[in-house]
Amino acid sequence: MADSLAEPLLRVDNLVRRYGGITATDNLSMEVLPGELHAIIGPNGAGKTTLISQLTGQVMPNSGTIRFAGRDVTSLPSYKRSRLGLARSFQITSLLKDFSAIDNVALAAQAHDGHSFRFWGNARKERHLRDTARAALERVGLGKRADIVVSQLSHGEQRELELAVALATKPQLLLLDEPMAGLGVTESARMVALLKELRREVTIVLVEHDMEAVFALADRITVLVYGRVIACGVPDAIRKHEEVKRAYLGEQHAVTRHG
Amino acid sequence: MKPKLNASNAVAALLCAALVLLPVYSAATGNIFILTLFTRIAIYALAAASLNLIMGYGGMMSFGHAAYLGIGGYAVGILATEGIGSGFIQWPVALAASALFALLIGALSLRTRGVYFIMITLAFAQMAYYVASALSRYGGDDGLTVYKRSDFAGLINLSDRTQFYYLCLGCLFGGLYLIWRIVNSRFGLVVQGVRSNEQRMQAIGFPAYRYRLVCFVIAGTICGLAGALLANNTDFVSPAVMYWTRSGDLMVMVILGGMGSLFGPVVGAIVYLLLEELLSQFTEYSGLILGPVLLLIVLFARGGIMGLLGRMSRG
Amino acid sequence: MYLVVEQLLNGLQFGLLLFLLAAGLTLVFGIMDFVNLAHGSLYMMGAYFAATFVTWTGSFVLGALLALGATLLLGIVLEYVALRHLYGRDHLDQVLATFGLILFFNDAVRLIWGPAGLALSLPAWLTVPVQIIPGVYYPAYRLMIIVVALAVAAMLYLVVMRTRVGMLIRAGASNREMIGALGINIKLLFTLVFGLGAALAGLAGLMQAPILTVQIGMGENILILAFVIIVIGGIGSIRGAFMAAIFVGIIDTMGRAFLPDLLRKVLSGAAASTAAPALSSMLIYLLMAIILVLRPEGLFPAAKR
Repeated sequence: MADSLAEPLLRVDNLVRRYGGITATDNLSMEVLPGELHAIIGPNGAGKTTLISQLTGQVMPNSGTIRFAGRDVTSLPSYKRSRLGLARSFQITSLLKDFSAIDNVALAAQAHDGHSFRFWGNARKERHLRDTARAALERVGLGKRADIVVSQLSHGEQRELELAVALATKPQLLLLDEPMAGLGVTESARMVALLKELRREVTIVLVEHDMEAVFALADRITVLVYGRVIACGVPDAIRKHEEVKRAYLGEQHAVTRHG
Repeated sequence: MKPKLNASNAVAALLCAALVLLPVYSAATGNIFILTLFTRIAIYALAAASLNLIMGYGGMMSFGHAAYLGIGGYAVGILATEGIGSGFIQWPVALAASALFALLIGALSLRTRGVYFIMITLAFAQMAYYVASALSRYGGDDGLTVYKRSDFAGLINLSDRTQFYYLCLGCLFGGLYLIWRIVNSRFGLVVQGVRSNEQRMQAIGFPAYRYRLVCFVIAGTICGLAGALLANNTDFVSPAVMYWTRSGDLMVMVILGGMGSLFGPVVGAIVYLLLEELLSQFTEYSGLILGPVLLLIVLFARGGIMGLLGRMSRG
Repeated sequence: MYLVVEQLLNGLQFGLLLFLLAAGLTLVFGIMDFVNLAHGSLYMMGAYFAATFVTWTGSFVLGALLALGATLLLGIVLEYVALRHLYGRDHLDQVLATFGLILFFNDAVRLIWGPAGLALSLPAWLTVPVQIIPGVYYPAYRLMIIVVALAVAAMLYLVVMRTRVGMLIRAGASNREMIGALGINIKLLFTLVFGLGAALAGLAGLMQAPILTVQIGMGENILILAFVIIVIGGIGSIRGAFMAAIFVGIIDTMGRAFLPDLLRKVLSGAAASTAAPALSSMLIYLLMAIILVLRPEGLFPAAKR
């Protein structure tokens, strides 16, 4: 487990985000330490995706601060946060569908290789962009599928590609929004194995519904209910936490009902 | 990526060859008309190609693109009226004015999306139209006659039909080459990525707005060049060239030929203007046929003519 | 003062006319998500039908009613034959197809009625000025336009807000999938809505006919104004269209009437007479640009999509 005395890589203080009458993020504070895999769980509608979107800058909070790598990023637009090393994967796969797999990854590498106001040279022939992209694809096991257009890839492959895109930006912190969503048993197992390897290289915040995966992977878990943190701690502590048990009893029913 | 031999590329190659050899045919048969017709086609093809850069590759559906035709044209016309006949001054001014206009309206319009973007670009073009109508010193509603074509210090004579044709063709090919380089460059990939998924591009670290804006300005500038050529071709420029139906014509050419395909707008311009011309030969009421043809193309030939060829070559 | 009242009424009358045009456009846009550039052609057809039928029948009212029916029919046929196949397609495809229809209608009109415009003269009882407040006279015909358009607007409001069909229309404007889920005959509903829009456009055209010349291309300028209105008002919102139409009508009319004098106070005579017409024509577009920059979804967004 990570050293709790270390300076946090990401620190959220008193974050609030309201939508009309609903408070999606309710005075939320949390810390992510360098090197850890920090899972965020909570019943449907707990505000997990809203939180991630605020961390990456797609959604701006009403109040509160977000500090990343010792810097206040609360009002930075998402592209600037990305450049500081904050990468995200999306819950609903949102790749560039009409681009090939390698183009998707190469663009991510390009985003972190200076500005792109270069109008003349053929970007698809730039060796180091292509090499970085190929390496990231190999990393997630998509090396042989590089030239396939995204819309032709399977759902599981698109999930892996999401990861490759995030990796190609060489992030310090990787925010993964339900990477297991919609995956079959085998695909899920592959994804867990992949995350086990990745966590050695990069700090990860993982939002996930698959509890088995979360308890297998996480160093620490934060539990959200109605936009508030009700518990934060190591997996064993969370498993025994009374309030969490109560919050999750309903959720388990909900899952079986819908599932 | 090696260029592959398929129907679309074959058509494009044949087309280029035919366009280059056209003056020979014209001289051999004494058919001057075809040369003037294709001069006009080349100019409109350049304008359509520039629209294709933002519409086909950038996903920005501008409904005010004809404004640049007018701005480029008026730059030439106004300078000519004021006694500045040199193309070395007229043309850079035409390009700069178009770029500036594109920068201004792009900076505002690109804050909106979808139909709102279509409408706001249209609104700005209409404003340009009314401004031109009010230039009473330069003809107002009636338009402005350009008594002398741009003078390039004897390098090229714009009043010579063949030379002017080759100039227009050269500008078209140059414009297409530029667009081709841009589309495959780092910049071009970013712009196409933003068309595909803007949020994603932001998330991986691209300030989408800036890239779209620069692309918008490049397209406007290229179209300004087409405007300068057009004023020289017709020896005349009027507000009518900026009216929204002209912008509609340009859109039709792009969609007809095939959006997002390099030669699509050229094919579109040729087919559209040729059809218009041919129909007007035997009927006064070309719209009666052209209109339904457009409708049928939309209903049955998605992706335009180049899209059709692409599907054919794939079997 | 009288001049101001008169111009205000003119602005109101123009705005109401624009509303008739914009209402159909915004319904078709909001419900079918269909961009119909040919809406202006239906307006033009309404005017031509009216000019023809009034001459045939010798009665203004009868001719107008026949023209209204003819435009309604034309709209339904148009929807049935061609446009319904374009629902759900890309906006650009719709723009291209309906642009083709504009070309078609313009030349069809030229073929049938000839290139010269037509004039539609009013019966004597509509040409008299009416005293509206002591000392202020206003043409009876323009007054009639205001009354008819207000009545139509009220009827439209009742239909949309109070009836079952209206509920479906509103549901469709805010959530297209929902009406499908309700198991309604959507095709029929769409045809009806399109026909209604066509009839409204035709009504606007035939009422405008005696004021302006009936001519080819008359629908093109006003179509853009109608688009401006639905964009300002928020796409799919009838109420937004109504407010925006009146707003645009009054601003446009007042601008044309008073801007030249205003400008002359600040600028030299020559400069003012050059700038004024351009500025008053631009006013509406300027307004729309400002509104869109500040509120990119229009002033009254119909509903969150």
